[in-house]
Amino acid sequence: MLLLRKFSKDLPAVLGLAIVVLVLVAALLAPHLAPYPLDAYESHLTRRLKPPSAEYPFGTDNIGRDIFSRVILGTRSALIVSLSVVSGAMAIGVTLGLVAGFYGRWAGEAIMRVTDVFLAVPQLILALALAQLFSPSLESAMLALTLTYWPFFARIVYAETRRLKASLFVDALQCIGASAPRIVFAHILPNAASPIIVRLTIGMGFTILTAAVLGFLGMGAPPPSPDWGLAIAESRQHLPDTWWFATFPGLAIFLTVLGFNLLGDGLRDIVDPRLRRSR
Amino acid sequence: MAADPTNARPPLLSVANLRVSIASDEGLAQVLDGVSLDVAEGRIVGVVGESGCGKSTLVRAVLGILPRGARTESGSIHFAGEDLLTLDERAMTRRIRGRAIGFIPQDPYLALNPVFRVGTQLLEIMRWHGDGSEDGAGPFNRARRARHRLWLIQILKAVQLPDPEQALDRYPHQFSGGQRQRLLIAGALACRPRLVIADEPTTALDVTTQLEILKLLKRLVAEFGVSMLFVTHDVGVVAQLCDEVAVMYAGQSVEWGGTGELLARPRHPYTVSLLACHPDRADGLVGIAGQVPSALAPPTGCRFHPRCGKAMAACAGTKPETTPSGDRHTVACMLYGVPDA
Amino acid sequence: MLRFFVRRILLVVPTLAGLLLLTFLLVRVVPNDPSAALAGENATLAQIEEIRRQYGFDRPLWQQFFIYVGQVAAFDFGKSIYTNAPVAQDIKQRLPATLELTFIALALGAGLGIPLGVLAAISHNRFADYAIRVLTVGGLAVASFWFAIMLQFLFAMELDLLPLRGRLAVATDLPPLVTGFHLIDSLLAGRLDIFADTLRHLALPAFTLSIGAIATITRFTRSGVLETLQRDFVIYETAVGYPRPVLIGVYVLRNSVVAAITQIGLLFGALIGGAVVVESIFDWPGIGTYAVRGILSADFKAVLAVTLLVGIIYAMVNILVDLVHALVDPRVAEQL
Repeated sequence: MLLLRKFSKDLPAVLGLAIVVLVLVAALLAPHLAPYPLDAYESHLTRRLKPPSAEYPFGTDNIGRDIFSRVILGTRSALIVSLSVVSGAMAIGVTLGLVAGFYGRWAGEAIMRVTDVFLAVPQLILALALAQLFSPSLESAMLALTLTYWPFFARIVYAETRRLKASLFVDALQCIGASAPRIVFAHILPNAASPIIVRLTIGMGFTILTAAVLGFLGMGAPPPSPDWGLAIAESRQHLPDTWWFATFPGLAIFLTVLGFNLLGDGLRDIVDPRLRRSR
Repeated sequence: MAADPTNARPPLLSVANLRVSIASDEGLAQVLDGVSLDVAEGRIVGVVGESGCGKSTLVRAVLGILPRGARTESGSIHFAGEDLLTLDERAMTRRIRGRAIGFIPQDPYLALNPVFRVGTQLLEIMRWHGDGSEDGAGPFNRARRARHRLWLIQILKAVQLPDPEQALDRYPHQFSGGQRQRLLIAGALACRPRLVIADEPTTALDVTTQLEILKLLKRLVAEFGVSMLFVTHDVGVVAQLCDEVAVMYAGQSVEWGGTGELLARPRHPYTVSLLACHPDRADGLVGIAGQVPSALAPPTGCRFHPRCGKAMAACAGTKPETTPSGDRHTVACMLYGVPDA
Repeated sequence: MLRFFVRRILLVVPTLAGLLLLTFLLVRVVPNDPSAALAGENATLAQIEEIRRQYGFDRPLWQQFFIYVGQVAAFDFGKSIYTNAPVAQDIKQRLPATLELTFIALALGAGLGIPLGVLAAISHNRFADYAIRVLTVGGLAVASFWFAIMLQFLFAMELDLLPLRGRLAVATDLPPLVTGFHLIDSLLAGRLDIFADTLRHLALPAFTLSIGAIATITRFTRSGVLETLQRDFVIYETAVGYPRPVLIGVYVLRNSVVAAITQIGLLFGALIGGAVVVESIFDWPGIGTYAVRGILSADFKAVLAVTLLVGIIYAMVNILVDLVHALVDPRVAEQL
């Protein structure tokens, strides 16, 4: 309750939450909200590249599709991609981090060295290389992003597990004979939950950005999917004549990522008392 | 007022009826409520009280570095003829802090900047305030800096720091606590101030080092001809070092007197219990019943009355006046002087 | 200091070995038939067989790994399918362009980020702080490829102030090759015209690339300064009369940038990753463009060489960062 009140005082974080809710609603109800839901895949060559008007609030694209509808329809795929990537990365990272942190010894060392290797290459480059190896498609892009994002979770969970394991209460649990899985899942994991949630939120924004880059480079969803990155790539041929074609999908990315980042920032300030003080 | 009748000249530092409040999330805290104190030329005056009694706030008020949210509500701080409360930030920085008033902080482990050589840090003080022979900040040139360096090395010798020349090129973490405190004492004296404020300078040190530092301070005060305001919670330290003592309780001045007189014949019930608490003097372990009151909701009247064994009905009503009681000794308590004048 | 340096280098050896293993596994194990993948789509069976022998794919995996390590040590990454030149030579040609762009972006990031962070911290919870916070969170939310296109649209197409793409105008001569950095080479040759043209071409891509760096450095500087302001020595230094600007700008800042410096290592990785995108939009002739072309034309060798190279640069930058860290904070050198 106290945390909730603290959160509600943090105006930027509340704004972030509002944006995230808005995006979620848009994604859930996309076919109902979009004025031309069929424009995800249909083309209308008679009304190509029309500037924004009451009829087409964001204008139309190179094959006459309503950009406003496609931006709304795009939220769905953007969220599905980032949600599955981040939860997949979380599943891998949290498991490995727990194992490495709790059992230590050579298995833990080995896991953390692998984590270091993955962190030694910028995520985008590694993701691009992997996506290329798996032959370009939306699925390989998602797989590549998952495979490159888990180390971030592994590192956090590892550090938290080590810290908690060293703390007295785990000693006490071991003394009263609690089993290792019980200690890990009933005691350590809940305690490590806050940093995981924070990373999850920030990772959502981050993954939407990276996925958009993959889409932009043609390594993500294939045409005619209403993908934001793809739309911006398609719009490049039509500059400088049609500013709206490139502008609105980019603003959609910006707004969505902004929402997740503001929310993540706010959550982190609540979770980490040290940072909260410096605010 | 705690004026010294044997000295006709006005005191160097005179704090009168100072009231300071700090606004926080929980409300307005009256951390200083009528504090008065004099430091005469050439004297060492101790300020004693438990932690949280407002000693540090008093020091920060004199130096004009109160924390955010703090406000001086009334009173005055006269130093060498001018009211420090009327000076602006620029004047305080240029003429008072580090220049006319030297400062020795509480914790030598935390007070030095860890990523700069100690020489850099001490010379920075002199860069802005000179070495006492010049008037404030001079030009920043090599000759002046070299002169400062020589003077600083001389002071480091005076504070008995080993290898003073090499010391200037080392970093704080390469010194022991006692050595760091010596460096800070040198910093306080470098610009030849008239007053040195020491804020519990020995609390963070071990007992033997404490003793050495106290002896050193006593000698330096005479050698450099400065006055000193020495803040501590340790009555034993006061007995060794100070000429006069001011006792504070919960943001109020309760008693003032010459060290020998006050320790021998304490008047205020708080001073009596404080002295009784000191391990050197206590007959067995005694404490003061109750707790130090919160500055957010202090007791009315005399702030000590809820814990005082001799409290009367009037004590909760009005704040007792400071009245002379005996030879060079004043006390703020209903037991002495006239309660309803 | 030397001991610190050596130990720090030894620490990255396992990581680099792991990176070698990872790239090896990616190219040799992940594709079902690496020889076919390496030979390209139109290769005949005989060509595939030839490649299999040439690369040693018929030998046990562990032998192949050591052959691979040997090749990497000799900078032999094979030939690029796209340029038909040795990958090592391609990279050598393009690396300076990328480094020049990245360094300028990093300099912009530090040059703008540190003052902005200090400004935000000293106006804590006041208007400037809020405004900077909104800007930095926004800066981290912008898709760089979109921002690049918007900048191109505005400054190159609509206003016609800056060049649209490339590293130099077609009409401008190349400066004599010394360092490969055009800014430095043109100055060495005394050709201010080339210098100016390089700057004009650098402006948009460097600014795009630096957005994230500015935002990150601002945030870390801000929180570093705020944290430092809580420390006891700030009270001491105020109490002995350090003027406020000197106190903040020198004594507090040096303590605060320690945290920001450790971030620069991570940041550099993000910058090189970002360079891939930014370069390809501005047609910047660096390894980013090269990598994107490699990816689009299924040029495995080029992509993996770039991955490996970036990993090595990244490790080196992190060592460098630790060295700077040790210089700024004398306690660090003694800890390791």
